Amino acid sequence: MTSPATYPMPELSGRKFFMNFPPTEQSHSLHDYRARGGYQALEKALKELQPADVTKEVLAAGLLGHGGAAFPAGRKWGVIKPNDGEDHFVCMNADEGEPGTFKDRWILEYTPHLCLEGLILASYAIGGRHAFIYIRGEFDLPFRRIQAAVDEAYEAGLLGKNILGTAYSLDVVVYRGAGSYVCGEASAMLASLEGRKGWPRNRPPRLTVKGLYQKPTVVNNVETLANVPVILNLGAVEFKKTGTPKSPGTQMISISGHIARPGVYEVEYGYSWEKFLYEDCGGMQGGKALKCIIPGGVSTKILNAQEIKGVTLDHNSAVAAGSQLGSGGMIAVAEGTCMVRLARVIQRFYHHESCGQCTPCREGMGWMERILDRIVRGEGRPEDIDRLYRISNANDGTTICSLGDSAGYACTAILDHYREEFEYYILNGRSMFDGRLAVDDPFDGAVPAPLYHGVAV
Amino acid sequence: MTGPMNNIQHLIPEFERWKERYPAGFEGSLTIPCLRRIQEERGYIADSDIDELVAYLGVPRTQVDEVLGFYTMFTRTPLGHHHLQVCHNVSCSLRGADGLLKYLCGRLGIQPGETTPDGKFTVSTAECLASCGTAPMMMVNEAYHENLTPAAVDALLEELTK
Repeated sequence: MTSPATYPMPELSGRKFFMNFPPTEQSHSLHDYRARGGYQALEKALKELQPADVTKEVLAAGLLGHGGAAFPAGRKWGVIKPNDGEDHFVCMNADEGEPGTFKDRWILEYTPHLCLEGLILASYAIGGRHAFIYIRGEFDLPFRRIQAAVDEAYEAGLLGKNILGTAYSLDVVVYRGAGSYVCGEASAMLASLEGRKGWPRNRPPRLTVKGLYQKPTVVNNVETLANVPVILNLGAVEFKKTGTPKSPGTQMISISGHIARPGVYEVEYGYSWEKFLYEDCGGMQGGKALKCIIPGGVSTKILNAQEIKGVTLDHNSAVAAGSQLGSGGMIAVAEGTCMVRLARVIQRFYHHESCGQCTPCREGMGWMERILDRIVRGEGRPEDIDRLYRISNANDGTTICSLGDSAGYACTAILDHYREEFEYYILNGRSMFDGRLAVDDPFDGAVPAPLYHGVAV
Repeated sequence: MTGPMNNIQHLIPEFERWKERYPAGFEGSLTIPCLRRIQEERGYIADSDIDELVAYLGVPRTQVDEVLGFYTMFTRTPLGHHHLQVCHNVSCSLRGADGLLKYLCGRLGIQPGETTPDGKFTVSTAECLASCGTAPMMMVNEAYHENLTPAAVDALLEELTK
């Protein structure tokens, strides 16, 4: 059985909304969640507030989406009229698949009732009778924990007919995906929920107009929904005192790669990026210097050590620095890492995950990967660099979803910063850094004792 | 985990219970959950399973075929008893995924994508499994094994071969 991901609870200054309790083997249970004040917001909303009041409070709090795009959650909800007699749906996006991002997993494993309460509140706000939790197929423990939370909620009268004795009823389905990154894109997710392959679709019409089963649908990230009970408990005014005026609240940051203390952290928006990296996360493995950061999942443009100087962890600051905070999935890369091989790993991912619907993405991803493969094999050609830029440009804005754009940006941002590494590799047929990716490889020099007498790689 | 499925009838009461939480008239949504459940029981999806599922849900056969071809977690052929999926995405690569894959394949004497002759182990690679902070890692069937080292891999294989 899989154990929950364990990281030391980080001691960061600032307010915490999620990581404000000691995680234990039972902290995911309804009993423990209620002991932390859980479901008080739901009780208050169902008994004292009209659906539109819930939306108003979320809008007033300025809650931004935590899935990557940072679109205001209240504005998304506000499009739907709760009493128009139509079916409306809310879908929690728990398809956490962006490389480098694993913060929703922490919420699902340790406090699943928090996001479930947020889902029920969102459904109440838009007048939904059915809601869905779309969780990535590979997530076994998070699935079992959120399913157990749903089952507990049904038993406790927090889901099903006449919740908490009120007129409001809601059914929730935990829907497990089957392995596809693109299903994290909202329209692809809905296609998957309808039992089809996860192809994104053109918008407009927006999903809040025609979404799941052609009905108005809101898709929100796990962390976004987890913020909703917090907002209703604190009130929008108090919530807005946290973070920055344009990015209120906190952000779960998952950090990995060559960092001394990888894990999940919660920071108030506006927190110093350098302090976070060099003090809270302990700097780089083995005391190395920072080469660059992938800020918010591989779909966001890399920034080098100079570019994060004075930058704070909030959306505006990250955009001003030339990238995005994205989903808060940060990957640290230490000096001495071969960026050509790293670019190839990223491109392999995008090629693997392209759904194949749009020609520029389907063909472009494979083409870019083949070029990078050739360079890594020592068979690069001088024209390859320009070709990579050209293919990336051809993808930009020509595909239905942003997977094609992101893949191009990821590769060209590395080229912009480390072009000399590519030129050296092409000219000399080898890496400037011996093709190194791991700083401290636990398998370096390890000789496997064969269990079977087959062909070893 | 072996042999084609003769029918899915014994699973239908379970599928019927699932239906109760869906809005009426959208049974097609059950395609993926039903396929997952069938594969969980049999280890893979056989042609006969598809025929029966199509008849039960009333969805087009092409829809089921497309789903099976699209999602990486479905397989039409039996895998080894233990499916070892090594993540080799960015964070795992930065923490030694290449070495892990090489070590694992060296121990099992197979290449990625292959199954050991006794049918016990299949090794494959996976893209990001959201375990980046505990890299390098691999998924064994449903379970995550994280912060792997050669000693941890040895201990795991010993456990799995018992």
